[in-house]
Amino acid sequence: MLRDITIGQYYQTESVIHRLDPRVKLMGTLVFIISLFLGRSVWLYLGVTAFLAVIIKLSNVPLKFIVKGLKSVMILVIFSAIFNLFLTDGQPLVHIWKLTITKEGTILAIFMVIRLLYLIMGSSLMTLTTTPNHLTDGLEKGLGFLKVFKVPVHEIAMMMSIALRFIPILIEETDKIMKAQMARGANFEKGNLIQRAKAMIPVLVPLFISAFRRANELAMAMEARCYHGSEGRTKMKPLKYTKTDYIAYLLLALYLVILIVIRIFL
Amino acid sequence: MSIIVDKINYIYEIGTGFERQALKDVSCVIEKNEFIGLIGHTGSGKSTFIQHLNGLIRATSGNIFYEGQDIYDKDYDMRKLRSKVGLVFQYPEHQLFETDIFKDVCFGPKNLGLSKMDTELRAFEALRLVGLDENLYYQSPFDLSGGQKRRVAIAGVLAMKPDVLILDEPTAGLDPKGREEILGCVQHLREETGITVILVSHSMEDVARYVNRIMVMNDGILMYDDTPANVFAHYKELEQIGLAAPNVTYIMNDMKKAGWNVDTSVLTVEQARDSILSCIDQNVYRK
Repeated sequence: MLRDITIGQYYQTESVIHRLDPRVKLMGTLVFIISLFLGRSVWLYLGVTAFLAVIIKLSNVPLKFIVKGLKSVMILVIFSAIFNLFLTDGQPLVHIWKLTITKEGTILAIFMVIRLLYLIMGSSLMTLTTTPNHLTDGLEKGLGFLKVFKVPVHEIAMMMSIALRFIPILIEETDKIMKAQMARGANFEKGNLIQRAKAMIPVLVPLFISAFRRANELAMAMEARCYHGSEGRTKMKPLKYTKTDYIAYLLLALYLVILIVIRIFL
Repeated sequence: MSIIVDKINYIYEIGTGFERQALKDVSCVIEKNEFIGLIGHTGSGKSTFIQHLNGLIRATSGNIFYEGQDIYDKDYDMRKLRSKVGLVFQYPEHQLFETDIFKDVCFGPKNLGLSKMDTELRAFEALRLVGLDENLYYQSPFDLSGGQKRRVAIAGVLAMKPDVLILDEPTAGLDPKGREEILGCVQHLREETGITVILVSHSMEDVARYVNRIMVMNDGILMYDDTPANVFAHYKELEQIGLAAPNVTYIMNDMKKAGWNVDTSVLTVEQARDSILSCIDQNVYRK
């Protein structure tokens, strides 16, 4: 039941996108998000759509899988669509009871939905094609310049990668504890909100205990291997740009320039 | 008859591209009062299989009947089934959550909707059955030793008075003393209540000593389902799937090859000793 969460999940396959340097993909996501907010012309969105389509095609991740990940944010999307639809002033189109749908509101709602969906698709595409370890490596290296300002970049990256690594473990653990309590007759579906919240206690207490136990064990294991933070630490597989990465950067720059040109002239 | 499993298949994460078939056409009949050992390598599907027996996992295809009733019937009471087929998961001490042991054991019967008195009566009985010291009843479950915690967790399932008790690797991660405690407790339980027990394990020694029927699973298939002696006769095949027969089986087979007329179907060290001694007696007598 908890296995349906796909946000932040990695999809194992072989593709150009998977092989790209994580720094390129981070930059790419940033560029993509910027491009989404450049404006609201149809031409602009055609460009963005084409870009997204090409990336999805190149990534070898089935579209079905990406769309499945959208389900969990559908409520958010629907809500923002409704609010935009009814609460925008302008030329009225339809009257329903006290509510009015305006032409501007409709257009705004459509763009908002597309924007949100693309935003999620674009960023989930990055996590789908990058392992959490790679991602944090990329962040650490990409944000390395912040060290000058005494920001503990390595430590933050390490915390992030541990947190990411623990998500599937804790999900699995929750699943297991829920099943164990169900085997003892627990019912998580019945009753009102308070009863249901109460029913979660037999799951949450063991879950917290196990999370602390795991954290302790991990800390011990890290210390046993003499981990002491970033000072003097080298990497087994340091990130290195290849020719493909430079080409990717070039294409990204080109994409952004084209969109800006579209924004100005169309 | 107790449980009939009819050609169940189970596929994990269907329709995601990560599909794995965990069970392939598994069929068997589990009678009352049996003591069954379920063995198999990690990932052989044994944990998946036992979760089908109390309805925690629903088979992709196939049927399961408990006491003659199809458990996949629309109006079948799944929670009642779970109280009748008690499942103790691996590392069951990880599910303890209450402030004291007694309250934790009460959780199961309370969920069955029993009165306070019946609930407490059952909890006392269950704790007595697992042989826990009465002084410990009102202590925090987190202050106990590994073996004690596990016995409390088993009591938590026993308090629902199941007809079938399934134990998933009950001795995993325990020291020899803790293992003896748990297995002795299960044996004692059977003698006292006549409960059907399914013991999941990969220790052949544990299984050989206690059970009267062994099921071997490999790659989602029920490979053997027979008496321990008959299953261990396939010790070469067992080795191929990463399992092994008890050490005595090897010794006895080697002795037989060397010309000693010993019984190769013995299961425990004691039986092996007797067989070897009687064989020696015969030889001496002949001379």
